[in-house]
Amino acid sequence: MSQVSKPLIEVQNLTRRFPSPDGEEPVTVFENASFDIKRGEFVCIIGHSGCGKSTILNVLAGLDEASDGVVLMEGREISGPSLDRGVVFQNYSLLPWMSALKNVMFGVRARFPTWTKRQVRDHSFKHLSMVGLGDGAEKRKPSQLSGGMRQRVSIARAFAIQPKLLLLDEPFGALDALTRGTIQDELIRVWGDTDQTIFMITHDVDEAILLSDRILLMSNGPYARVAESVVIDIPRPRNRADIIHHKKYYPIRNYLVDFLTTRSKNIAFIADEGGDSRNIKPQTVRPGLVENLKNISKPEPVTTNLTHNELNKKLAKGAQ
Amino acid sequence: MSINLKAPLLSLLLLLSMMVIWEMATPKVKSAENMTEYELLMGGASEEARVPPPSAIVKKAIEELSNPLYDNGPNDKGIGIQIAYSLYRVLTGYSLAALIALPLGFLIGMSPLAYKTLDPFIQVLKPISPLAWMPLALFIIQDSEASAIFVIFICSIWPMLINTAFGVAGVRKDWVNVAKTHELGTLRTALQVILPAAAPTILTGMRISIGIAWLVIVAAEMLVGGTGIGYYVWNEWNNLDLTSVIFSILVIGFVGMLLDTFFAHVQSAIQYQE
Repeated sequence: MSQVSKPLIEVQNLTRRFPSPDGEEPVTVFENASFDIKRGEFVCIIGHSGCGKSTILNVLAGLDEASDGVVLMEGREISGPSLDRGVVFQNYSLLPWMSALKNVMFGVRARFPTWTKRQVRDHSFKHLSMVGLGDGAEKRKPSQLSGGMRQRVSIARAFAIQPKLLLLDEPFGALDALTRGTIQDELIRVWGDTDQTIFMITHDVDEAILLSDRILLMSNGPYARVAESVVIDIPRPRNRADIIHHKKYYPIRNYLVDFLTTRSKNIAFIADEGGDSRNIKPQTVRPGLVENLKNISKPEPVTTNLTHNELNKKLAKGAQ
Repeated sequence: MSINLKAPLLSLLLLLSMMVIWEMATPKVKSAENMTEYELLMGGASEEARVPPPSAIVKKAIEELSNPLYDNGPNDKGIGIQIAYSLYRVLTGYSLAALIALPLGFLIGMSPLAYKTLDPFIQVLKPISPLAWMPLALFIIQDSEASAIFVIFICSIWPMLINTAFGVAGVRKDWVNVAKTHELGTLRTALQVILPAAAPTILTGMRISIGIAWLVIVAAEMLVGGTGIGYYVWNEWNNLDLTSVIFSILVIGFVGMLLDTFFAHVQSAIQYQE
């Protein structure tokens, strides 16, 4: 390998099959998903419902098991949940009988069992303050908090345990647009202060561009694959107001939307009998590069018999 | 006037008017000169055996409650002592039941195998009237006191067992996942996540159980005799002292209400909102 440092996470040929209810061929949701996550990287994954994004995240979290393939973390295979991999769920998953502070302390105590009560409390309070909940809201129970505040508590809990990898499963999916915006800003701010590695599922293209270094695109299931890895080379720090004026924003956005609306279903894969798709990393695409822009304005018609590799070659040729 | 003020006033009005109607409907005891010769020979016994008016019951209540702890031998003890005996039996049998039902319910709730294995036994044993166990208990245990406690034990175990299993099995998967992603062990998951999550359902079972236990203790004590509020009711019936019978019925109701209120308070303390 030419890379200087090994990636934090290596996902190799991850496959998930569900037994079919009528006892016939099992349904393959996704197959041979392979990708890396580097230390400190913010990676989003986008794809239509049913392509298995959540399953991939749950496998990374250790809450689910893949039918095939492995996930390596620092070169070692992961099995089962671990405090090294924190999770923020879409429905917040706060314990409703505890106050916001107690919920964060619950995580911190599990992570640092040797700490004194005071250390646990201070550390938890610091992280709640980081998401703007240090002014009395920490004493309230989740039911007395708004959806946005609950998700802030959940994010504070995840950051407070300082996992090596933070997994976010559509964390803003249940929030209204305005709240979502402020929490996105908070998330990049908190993330900027740490070196946290983040893997996040989202349905929101703008959110993905704002937050990530790289976006993984998944084709539609069944037989979904991680088809492309789109580099978001818009400089940081970013914020919601300015990013849309950046010259690369719309080329990237159009590329992503084009993938989701057209190409994700056209690159429908069939069962990989020969194992050709094994050990193939998704093609890296940089729609933000100026030379690539002409491809985006005039997307080529794509047909179902193209594999994602052929498609990428075609795109790459056009760019030269 | 708010509804919280109106309702108690109406309750009081209802009580008073019922007592007045009852008082007026009760035939007066005839004076000696109005009695027939037969009635005189009987000493007015059939007249005395009427359902007493509320005034007599109030008088009896004041008399009994002003000295609840007297003890004049086996058949004449104060109402406080009788209640204490009953409560002792109920709480002993109930605590033993809780000691078994709560851990077993936890196990059944967490393990589908344990649930399927034990379900047939529970389904058959649950509908048996607790008093049907009495002869068997008396024969095996050979002690009426312990048999009464056993009957309380067997009747209060089912609601606790079933509600605990139900509550534990119904804990949201998300909360269990929170425990998993925080690497909590089985015991800590059970105590820190599942127990508080299932606590409201468990408490509902405990509240139902204490209610049933208090219902059953009266019947059980009528059978085993000796002491307790159930025995007191039966003994006063044998004495044809209906005033005492009605008074003790009311006392049973009040103590039952207090037990239920206690559990209602605990329940609201551990209740959480999602």
